Amino acid sequence: MSPPADAGTTQRLLPGRPVPEDLDAHLAGFGPRPILEPAAMIEALDQSGLRGRGGADFPTGVKWRAVTERSQGGGDAVVVANAAECEPASFKDRFLLTYRPHLVLDGLEHAAEAVGARRVIIYTTRSHNDIEAALRAAIRERRRRDDSDRFVEVLVGPNRYVAGEETALIARVSGHLAKPKVVPPRPFQSGVDGLPTLVQNVETLAHAALVARFGAAWFRSVGTQRSPGTALLTVSGAVRTPGVLEATCDTTVGAVVDRAGGVEGEPAAVLLGGYFGRWVSADRIWNHAIDADSLRSTGASLGTGVLVVAPTTSCGITETDRVLAYLAGQSAGQCGPCHVGLPAIAETFHKVATGRARPAALDLLARWSRDVRGRGACRHPDGAMLFLDSAMEVFAADLRRHLKQGECRYAAQPSLLPVPAIEAGWW
Amino acid sequence: MVRLRLRVDPIKCKAHGMCGELFPERIRMDDWGYPVIEPRALSDDVLEHARRAITDCPRAALWVEPVDEPGARVRPDDLD
Ligand SMILES: Cc1cc2nc3c(=O)[nH]c(=O)nc-3n(C[C@H](O)[C@H](O)[C@H](O)COP(=O)(O)O)c2cc1C
Ligand code: SF4
Ligand code: SF4
Repeated sequence: MSPPADAGTTQRLLPGRPVPEDLDAHLAGFGPRPILEPAAMIEALDQSGLRGRGGADFPTGVKWRAVTERSQGGGDAVVVANAAECEPASFKDRFLLTYRPHLVLDGLEHAAEAVGARRVIIYTTRSHNDIEAALRAAIRERRRRDDSDRFVEVLVGPNRYVAGEETALIARVSGHLAKPKVVPPRPFQSGVDGLPTLVQNVETLAHAALVARFGAAWFRSVGTQRSPGTALLTVSGAVRTPGVLEATCDTTVGAVVDRAGGVEGEPAAVLLGGYFGRWVSADRIWNHAIDADSLRSTGASLGTGVLVVAPTTSCGITETDRVLAYLAGQSAGQCGPCHVGLPAIAETFHKVATGRARPAALDLLARWSRDVRGRGACRHPDGAMLFLDSAMEVFAADLRRHLKQGECRYAAQPSLLPVPAIEAGWW
Repeated sequence: MVRLRLRVDPIKCKAHGMCGELFPERIRMDDWGYPVIEPRALSDDVLEHARRAITDCPRAALWVEPVDEPGARVRPDDLD
């Protein structure tokens, strides 16, 4: 099947109408899934420039090759689609799985063929019940159609921020608590049950399925050199129509906000990349494209595609305070600098936010933030501190005011950044 | 000459603090008693202290690895 006539379109992953696509509709739109030689598939991924959409922005082809070389095509690898989406402000993975489950499943099969997988798994989160049901239905539909389809297992983990981290996911899938592990060994070396394992975000898999069908040149025909293709974004905060949308990475932050209905009120700052991301002042970021190169000068990155607009009538300090407390509570409790350090940092920040700290607390926060970085088994403390540092920079004047006078008049506003209740178990 | 560096397994480490006393040249303790290890490569003159810290850590949380080969542990006895 040839590429869609409108090759330059920015709507690749999301269907034109918001209706969940069944297998018939999927095949009518995209044609049958082509079968590619593993080497050809991986070469196409390299050429496409596709990078992971789970937050780390790592080249996808490099990852598939590493797993393939480890398993020597011998069929003892494991592929896991990461549908955990534990980032509270992100909905893009669930959105994609709701409307285009078969595109993700196509990508998963390409991955399984390319690396020679023995087990193929989709890992989601217990609280995302509807997604689990939609996935099971889509897998049943495929098996009815073609019984040569390999068996795709659906497994669920806890709704915890770090349970979507790849070594935590691997632990859970191997029958242990969903807590991160020290690397190396990295997943491609020793993953699920000790086998070479490919963990890939579901959006990345959907893009891979399109690369397989329409080729690398088609994939690169939109977007930028560094961030080709399209990206799914979850836009929320002070916008008229919050939700998930798809854009090419040459789109500016301002244009993304316009596509989400435009700003409600005056924008003060934008949170880019989720709770491991950065606050940037609206003035500074508005005309920057969301491409990695363009964002680099602002210190931000697209991360998981989260974009939250904070209006001048919100309190960045109170928002940051709540999220820091949430992130501290989400530590897996394994590494001292994370499970002792983050609560101490969150508590001190809370004292500053509520006007109960000495001025020296700001220096303490800065020092602790430097101190805990890179000292956990996973990047949880690093991500949380990126978020903290950006808040201290962007809301510096507000922070000093809170320090002296306590909460401002916007502190009681409904929160922009959701903080889910903390789940008890780690299963 | 292989360049080596000291690493700590943050999951195993339980802040016993021994290492900071045995290898103060490269390990300082943070405000909560957990070790902060200087990332730069180990010079010959500190290898003996590195070995002591590794062998005496009650949680066996420390190891030395080649800078270019993360995770490849060097046996403490081979440090001299
Ligand atoms: C604390 C933490 C939480 C993470 N949560 C998720 C998640 O919910 N979903 C996801 O796809 N990746 C998550 N990641 C990234 C994964 O570890 C992994 O890099 C990703 O699934 C790989 O897929 P990709 O290359 O397609 O992005 C998380 C990483 C960290 C450090
Ligand atoms: S850094 Fe924190 S979240 Fe990550 S493994 Fe260690 S304790 Fe758990
Ligand atoms: S001696 Fe071992 S357990 Fe104690 S602080 Fe040092 S590394 Fe951690």
